[in-house]
Amino acid sequence: MTTKQQKVVELENVVVRFAGDSGDGMQLTGSLFSDAAAIAGNDFATFPDYPSEIRAPQGTVAGVSGFQIHFGQKNIYTSGDLADVLVAMNPAPLKKNLMWVKSGGTIIVDTDTFTDKALVKAGFENDPLGDDSLKDFNLIKAPISSLTKKSVEDLGLDNKMVLKSRNMFALGVMFFIFNREFKTADEFFEQKFKSNPLVVESNKKILRAGYNFADTIEALNRITYTVEPAALSKGKYRNITGNVATAWGLLAASERSGRQLFLGSYPITPATEILQEISKHKSLGARVLQAEDEIAGIVSSIGASFTGSFAVTSTSGPGLSLKSEAIGLAVMTELPIVIVNVQRAGPSTGMPTKSEQSDLLQALFGRNGEAQVIVVAASTSSNCFYHAYYASKLAMEHMTPVILLTDGYLANGSEVFKIPKVKSLPAIKPPLVKANDPDYYPYKRDPKRLNRSWALPGTPGLRHRIGGLEKEDIYGNVSHDPENHQIMCELRAEKIERVADYIPKQDVIGKGSGDLLIASWGGTYGNMIEAVKKMQSQGKKVSLAHFHYINPLPKNTADIFNNFKKIIVPELNLGQFVLYLKMKFPQFKFEQYNKIQGLPFMVSELVDKFNQVLEEE
Amino acid sequence: MTNEAIDIKNLPKLTREDFVSDQMVKWCPGCGDHAILSSFQKVLPEIGVKKEDVVVVSGIGCSSRFPYYVKTYGFHGIHGRAAALSSGIKIANPNLNVWMITGDGDSLAIGGNHFIHVLRRNIDINIMLFNNKIYGLTKGQYSPTTPSGKVTKTSPHGTIEHPFTVGELAIGAQGTFFARAVDTNPKMMTEIMLEASKHKGTSLIEILQNCVIFYNKVHNDITSRETRDDNQIYLKHGEPMIFGKEKNKGIILKGTRLEVVTLGKNGITEKDILVHDKYQWESGIHLLLATMAPPDYPMAMGVIRSITDFTYDGKLENIIESEKETSPIQSVDDLLNSGKTWDI
Repeated sequence: MTTKQQKVVELENVVVRFAGDSGDGMQLTGSLFSDAAAIAGNDFATFPDYPSEIRAPQGTVAGVSGFQIHFGQKNIYTSGDLADVLVAMNPAPLKKNLMWVKSGGTIIVDTDTFTDKALVKAGFENDPLGDDSLKDFNLIKAPISSLTKKSVEDLGLDNKMVLKSRNMFALGVMFFIFNREFKTADEFFEQKFKSNPLVVESNKKILRAGYNFADTIEALNRITYTVEPAALSKGKYRNITGNVATAWGLLAASERSGRQLFLGSYPITPATEILQEISKHKSLGARVLQAEDEIAGIVSSIGASFTGSFAVTSTSGPGLSLKSEAIGLAVMTELPIVIVNVQRAGPSTGMPTKSEQSDLLQALFGRNGEAQVIVVAASTSSNCFYHAYYASKLAMEHMTPVILLTDGYLANGSEVFKIPKVKSLPAIKPPLVKANDPDYYPYKRDPKRLNRSWALPGTPGLRHRIGGLEKEDIYGNVSHDPENHQIMCELRAEKIERVADYIPKQDVIGKGSGDLLIASWGGTYGNMIEAVKKMQSQGKKVSLAHFHYINPLPKNTADIFNNFKKIIVPELNLGQFVLYLKMKFPQFKFEQYNKIQGLPFMVSELVDKFNQVLEEE
Repeated sequence: MTNEAIDIKNLPKLTREDFVSDQMVKWCPGCGDHAILSSFQKVLPEIGVKKEDVVVVSGIGCSSRFPYYVKTYGFHGIHGRAAALSSGIKIANPNLNVWMITGDGDSLAIGGNHFIHVLRRNIDINIMLFNNKIYGLTKGQYSPTTPSGKVTKTSPHGTIEHPFTVGELAIGAQGTFFARAVDTNPKMMTEIMLEASKHKGTSLIEILQNCVIFYNKVHNDITSRETRDDNQIYLKHGEPMIFGKEKNKGIILKGTRLEVVTLGKNGITEKDILVHDKYQWESGIHLLLATMAPPDYPMAMGVIRSITDFTYDGKLENIIESEKETSPIQSVDDLLNSGKTWDI
């Protein structure tokens, strides 16, 4: 698509941020830009950044909605720290996002929106386009609104409607700068506005008008950029968000185990999409109950689990608190259930659309009585699929609740995902009991795993009663016997500990020994790997152990810790994993690095911190 | 959905003994629960369901020990959550015949939310709510049905709350089946349980039950030999609402209220008496009947309301069946490969 006179510069990776009012269609613009990156063969990761209000006051900083994409020809692990290019549709998005643009980066603004009134509303004292406050950036002043109107004036559409498409003009500008093809966007218009050919035409025209505008302006110096295809392994790919990946991993586990999926859940940000996604797939036998509250969500799932369904409930922090008592019931009745907790900033309502890792201790310990559960954490948007699958496998094969931790970043962020074949996933074999089994007792255990077996209502010859009262070992009758209670508490704990025999060993990225080990977990993986790779390339003896299995921990954890001079635990909380590690391994000294701002780590701040720890005596 | 497919004649003949568990019954001597349990065990062989298809579910409270004493699949849940547990069981496997046992504390206080929503969804389960108007298992605190002014351990000056009327709440929550029985009348209990089992949708039976320790004789004005004929009316569909020792009292609709009249007085004849229509869609008369109480009225027993409406579990099965037939997504592989994909 490049014209002859253009100079094309090749880049390894680029971060682009689209920002506008909540109603400006920035999420759509971002996702169309992602589709074009996908077709060009780039690896990429995206993250939407939007306010918790649906339509906060227009023109104010509170109402700004953003979408960031990081794409490149090498592996992309995060949605990027700072943007190379910012598209700001109004003054407020410029105000809010300026701090996220690299010095020397490009900023594209719609000059038509920089009215006195809008500047005041956004909190600017002076017009930033008029003074030298943006002198460190390559500022592209584009009259996007008026050019959008002009580009389709022959179609006779009303102005209000046309202006809704000015995001497509901005997209056209970006398509020119990054040498993208119109194909994916055109296909989207044709599909989306099938019933209205005029709207299809106007969107196509506006997109091209943006492209042609960029081709003519001086500010770009006729330079465009290409990002070569990434060296991804051969296969079929798609773009996927963490929440959808989680939902699909659960559906895959249902199919592989032969147990129909039951999801009892209550809408809560940022986990709702899991409920919405599974609701769509009744053709796969998924039964979904949008419950009256969080408690009914999990309790209905426990009921479904009793009947032999693969039962799931999905929630976020405050919802996990409400489910605590019921998780204890699932521990006591030893029924499989997966509790997906998409973490957000707390405590209480906290910052619902902002991400955090502060539910770890709640997941590990937040119940009455001795109530151990398996805790697993996903680390990227796409591996939410696999960790949802493995969590399900552990729940069903070991007959226990499993808490799967993801977070707002993984949930809403998207990534390139290599599509697997379901039959390539490990088999799931729940311990079902055959009809009229004369040896069946409700609390008789598998000698190796210590799980009890799953006898389903409707099966002849297995009628039994379970419940929240303490059970007599083997026979399952209600028991208040002192010795029995101790035996049962120890058996339930031991059952979870033995899961360590069935999970993979912890791997180390980098050398198995060295000066500094980064011990991290969950959704910070992308930032950690980028920081560690950067330091390794500078010759630093730094390695990464990023944990997915939190309880139980992999069996080789202490052996890994033993081989490093220093260990640091970076987390987006005040130090929860580090507290747990100190409890489990008092023989080691752990440094910690904590950030709790509703924001991810930046690779640069991690590198600075790790270097500082390395240099300390 | 549930049992229509089963040929009742071909089921092995079951007896009460098939449903008696080996666990010792640990309710207080004289507790109303014993009679309810016995009636239930008598009814189960009659409802035309295989014994392995029955599931008894409960929450917490004296009543909620019930599942341990019935030899079926059973689940003793946590406080207030029996309705949510039962909902999950029935939705996951609509072939099961689910009975939920609960009390006035379990379902009207801590579990109030689940209680109204299971009724609203009309999930095809049967609920037996034992109403003894007191907290028994925690030893004598007032409940949401305790009469105003009653002195209990937590209301030493008398309660200052308005009690719920179970039927009023249930009908307000769009319950499709509401019946009332007393623990002192086994025949009435078995008749009503049998009818509840046949209703498609959530069947709610309020059983007036006596707590011999903490609120003894709570229902005495309704159940005692001396007063019961005048203070109870056993409603039967299609029959005039006549009651009383002499069978000479009746209920009429006067203006917008019900009124008790005496046959033969003031020219009242049987023709003037209301005829019970449990199938009537409009809930007005059912609400009036459900809220009648002595001393001005008799307490209504029997099936007060039984209307036909779609059930949650039935609709969901229909959707799943049609989606399985028509959706292009027939496997998770189809799903993974749906939408926008590209090859590298």
